[in-house]
Amino acid sequence: MIPTVPQSSVLKWSYRAYVTLFFVYLALPLSVVCVFAFNNSLFPSLPWEGFTLAWFFGTEAPFIGVFHERSILRAIGTSAFVAVWVAGLSVAVGTCNAFLFVRHDFRGKGILYILMLLPLIIPGVILGISILVFASSVANTLEDATGRWFDGLRPGLILVILGQFSFITTFATLVISARLQKFDRSLEEAALNLGATRWGAVRQITLPFLLPAITGAGVVAVLMSFENFNTTLMLVGSDSPLTITMFDKLKHGSTPVLNAVSLLLIILSATLGVLSLLFQRSKDKD
Amino acid sequence: MTSTADLVCRDLTKDFTDFRAVDHVNFEVPNGSFFSILGPSGCGKTTLLRMIAGFQFPTSGDLLIKGKSMIGVGPNKRPVSMVFQHLALFPMMNIGKNVGFGLRQRGVAEAEIKTRVGRILERVGLPGIQDRSVDQLSGGQKQRVAIARCMVLEPDVLLLDEPLGALDLKLREHMKIELKTLQAEFNTTFVYITHDQSEALVMSDNIAVMNNGRFDQIGTAEELYYEPSNAFVAGFVGDANRFDGKVVGVDGQIVSIVTDGGAEMRGKTTAGVPAMGQRAQIFVRPEAIALLKDPAQTADHMNTGEWIVDSVLFNGANSLVILRHPKSGETIHATLPQTGTFLGLSKGQSVHTSWAPEQARCFATEGQ
Amino acid sequence: MRSDQSKLGFYLLLSPLLLWLVTLIILPHMGLFAVSISEKVGVREYETGFGNYAVFFNEPLYWRTFARTAIMSIMTTVLTLLLGFPIAYYIAKLMRGRAKTTLFLMCLIPFWVSELVRTFGWMILLRETGVLSNFLQFTGVIDGPVEFLYNDAAIMVGLVYTSILFMIVPLVTTLDSLDDSLIEAGYDLGGSGFSILREIVIPHAMPGIVSGCIVVFMLSLGNYLTPILLGGKDSLWFTGLIYTQFITRFNWELGSAFGFLLLALSSTIVFLGLKLSRQSLTNTMGR
Repeated sequence: MIPTVPQSSVLKWSYRAYVTLFFVYLALPLSVVCVFAFNNSLFPSLPWEGFTLAWFFGTEAPFIGVFHERSILRAIGTSAFVAVWVAGLSVAVGTCNAFLFVRHDFRGKGILYILMLLPLIIPGVILGISILVFASSVANTLEDATGRWFDGLRPGLILVILGQFSFITTFATLVISARLQKFDRSLEEAALNLGATRWGAVRQITLPFLLPAITGAGVVAVLMSFENFNTTLMLVGSDSPLTITMFDKLKHGSTPVLNAVSLLLIILSATLGVLSLLFQRSKDKD
Repeated sequence: MTSTADLVCRDLTKDFTDFRAVDHVNFEVPNGSFFSILGPSGCGKTTLLRMIAGFQFPTSGDLLIKGKSMIGVGPNKRPVSMVFQHLALFPMMNIGKNVGFGLRQRGVAEAEIKTRVGRILERVGLPGIQDRSVDQLSGGQKQRVAIARCMVLEPDVLLLDEPLGALDLKLREHMKIELKTLQAEFNTTFVYITHDQSEALVMSDNIAVMNNGRFDQIGTAEELYYEPSNAFVAGFVGDANRFDGKVVGVDGQIVSIVTDGGAEMRGKTTAGVPAMGQRAQIFVRPEAIALLKDPAQTADHMNTGEWIVDSVLFNGANSLVILRHPKSGETIHATLPQTGTFLGLSKGQSVHTSWAPEQARCFATEGQ
Repeated sequence: MRSDQSKLGFYLLLSPLLLWLVTLIILPHMGLFAVSISEKVGVREYETGFGNYAVFFNEPLYWRTFARTAIMSIMTTVLTLLLGFPIAYYIAKLMRGRAKTTLFLMCLIPFWVSELVRTFGWMILLRETGVLSNFLQFTGVIDGPVEFLYNDAAIMVGLVYTSILFMIVPLVTTLDSLDDSLIEAGYDLGGSGFSILREIVIPHAMPGIVSGCIVVFMLSLGNYLTPILLGGKDSLWFTGLIYTQFITRFNWELGSAFGFLLLALSSTIVFLGLKLSRQSLTNTMGR
C-alpha cells in the first residue's frame, strides 16, 4: 500500500473514490453555510430566491445585514476583547512554562508536566462549571468576610477569560516548548561568552528564535478563544461573545444573517489558520 | 554457466519522466557467488537493485531468477530478500519476531518458526537474543540480524543495499570480512550494491562497475584493478594518478602523450589505439611508480623525471608522498616504499621517478 | 551568586505555572467535588453526604442519559477511527510534496472554523426544508419532505464531523514518521497488505491512534452544541443535564455531582485506553 508496491487498479480507484467522498463530506456543511449567506430569503434553506448581499449590508428590517446588526457587532467586539486577553495571558504563561520544562530539572517535574497536560483531557463543560463553582464560593466567602461585592468573580467576562485561559495555556506551552527544544544552547553560551548578561542573552538570542512559535501560539490562542463554546457557556454573564450570541439566535430560528456571520468567521479562521501554518513553516526551515 | 545462473538481467531498462536511470543492462550472476554493483551515487544502482527486489518495474527488458521471469511478480512473491540500507528492522517487534516475520507470512507452524529462528541466529553468531528489542543491539549485531531475517527464508538471491554505509570505519572493515564469511557459509547468491570500491574489491567474486545507468565493465576485482576497460573504471576503482594530454606517438599498444603541463609519458592501451593528435588520458597507480634517489637508468628514459616533494602523508604501510613537477606544477601520488630508503624524506627534496609503460593505462578521451 | 540568581529565575518561572494550575485547575476541581458531596438542608445550610450521587443512581433518566452519552461517544470514537485511518494513511503515505500539503490543509480548514458554524451547516443540510431533503425529492427517492434532523444518526454525523480532524492529525503525524523501507521490508519478506497493516503499520501508529481516540472520545463526551442542535430537545446528552442543573434549575450541588461523574468517566476511559495500549499520557498528548 505504498507507491512502490503494485496494487490492483480496482483497489486503487476505490481508495481514491473514498478519499474524494470524504473530502466532499468535509466541504459540504461549510459550503452550504456560505452559499445560503447570499440567499434572498428569510430562512437559510431552499428554495433559492435569488442572490443578495442584504445579509451583509442590508439596513431595513427584516433584511438587516451583519454590519448593521447591533447585537452581533457587540458580540464580535466582546469576542475580540476576550481573545486578546486570553492570547496574551496564555502565551506569556506558556513561554514561562516552556522555559521551566525545557531548561530546568527539578523534583516533581514529571507530575507537574502531567498536571499541565490535564486540561487537554478535561471536558470543557467541566472546566467551566468547576471554575464557576470555585469563583462563586471564593466570592461568597470574601463577601461574607468584608461585606463588599466581588462582581469579578461572578459569571462575566473575567471568568470567561480565565476559563479559556485555563486550557489554551496548555496548547501554548506545547507549541513553544517544541520550538525551544530545538534551540541550540551553545548560541546562548556564545552570547554569554561575548559578554552578554543572562537576561540579555535570552532577550537577544533565545526570544527572537522563539518568536515564530510565540506568534503561532498567539494566533492559535485567538482562534481557539473565538470559537470556544463549552467553557464559555458556563461562565458567561450579560455580555456574550459571538458564539454564545449565535447559539441563542440559532435556537430561536435563524435568518441568513447567521450565514453571513459564519462566512466571515470561516474567512477569518482560514486566514488565521494559514497564517499560523506559515509561522510553523518558517519554523521548519531553520 | 547459463544453466547455473541464479539471476539474469536482459536488456533491463528503466526510464523515469526526465531521465534514464538504467540503460540496457545485461548480466548473469552464477549460483552461490558474491556479485557487487559498484558505482557513484546517482549511477542507477539503487534503481537496478529495487527492480530486482520488485519495488520498481522495468520499462523494458527481462529479469529472471532461477530461470523464471519476474516481470509482473510482486515483491512479496519473489524468491529474493533484501537487506535495506538502514536495515529496516521492525522496531515494534523483538528480534525473534523480526526474524520470524517472513516465516509467519508463509504460514509456517509456530514451533517450527521457533526452531528455525533459533538456528539461523546461531548461524550468524547471535544465539539466544530472540527476546531483545531492536534498539538493544549494536550496529554490527543489527546488521547480522537483518541478514538472518532474510536468510531464514532461504532466498535464491540476497540483495544488499549498501548496508555498511551507516557503520563507523572500524566496524565497516570488520563487517566486510564477516559478510564474505557469511556468504561463503550460506552459499547463497549475494547481490551487493555500494559506492565504496574497497567493499566491492574485498568481498566480491565478480564486480560490475556502473556509471550513468550502464555497466562499464564486469569482472573480478583483479581484472577491474589491473585491466580497466575504460577511463571511468580506471579512475573509479582504486587510486590512480591521471594525466591529460595529446597523443604524439603510437608504438603497437604503447601510446606516448604529452601532458598539458609539457611532460612526455607512455602507457599501454587495451581498449583501442587512439590516433595521433587525439586527446588521451594516462592512469598510473601510486604503487606502480618507483621512487629513486638518482636519475633512472632505463633504456628509453621515458616515464622518468625529477619531482619535488610537496608533502609526505605518513600512514604506516599505506604511506604516500605527493610530488610536484618543477616545471608543469602537476602533482602525483606515489606509494612510499617501506624499505627505509626514503625514511627521512621531507618537503622540498627532489626525487626521481620511473614506471613501466605496461603498468600505466592509456585511454582516448571520450566525448571529443 | 550565580546559583542564587538561577534559583530566583527558577522560582520566577515556576510561580505562573503553579498559580495557573492551582487556582484554575486543582482548587476548582476540589471545590467541585466538595460541592457535589454537600446536600442543601435549608437556606445556605449544607450537610456532607453522597445524596446527590444517590439521586443520580435512583433516577433512571439520569443514569440512562449517562450511559447513552458514554456509549454513543465510544461509537463515535470507533467510527472516527475507522473513517479517518484510511484518509490519514492516504495523506501520509500515498501523497508526496505539494499534493500532500494541500490535502492536509484541506483537512485542517474545517477544524479552524467554529464548531457552531459546522453544526449550523449540518442543520441547513439535514432539516426538513434542507438541502438533502430537497435533493432526494428532486431525484425522486422520496415523495415528500423528510426530517433528517433530531435523531441519533444526525448526532453521530455531527459528532464524527466535529472530531474526525482530531483523529486525522495525530494519525498523519505518526504515519508520516513510519519509514517506507519498513513497509517495503515487510513486502520483501513475503507479507501481504493485511499482515503488514496489522504487524507493522498499526503498531507503529499506536501512539497516534491512542491520542486521537482519547481526544475524540473526550470531545464527544463533553460536547454540548452538536447533540442539542442536531438532536433537538430530547437529545438526552449528559452535558445537557449538567447545563440544566446549573443554569436552569440552579441546583449546583446535583450539577456538580453530574460534572464529577462525567469527569470520572472520561478519566477512567482515558486511563484504560493508555493502559491497554501501553502508552503514557506524556507520549500521546505532549507532542
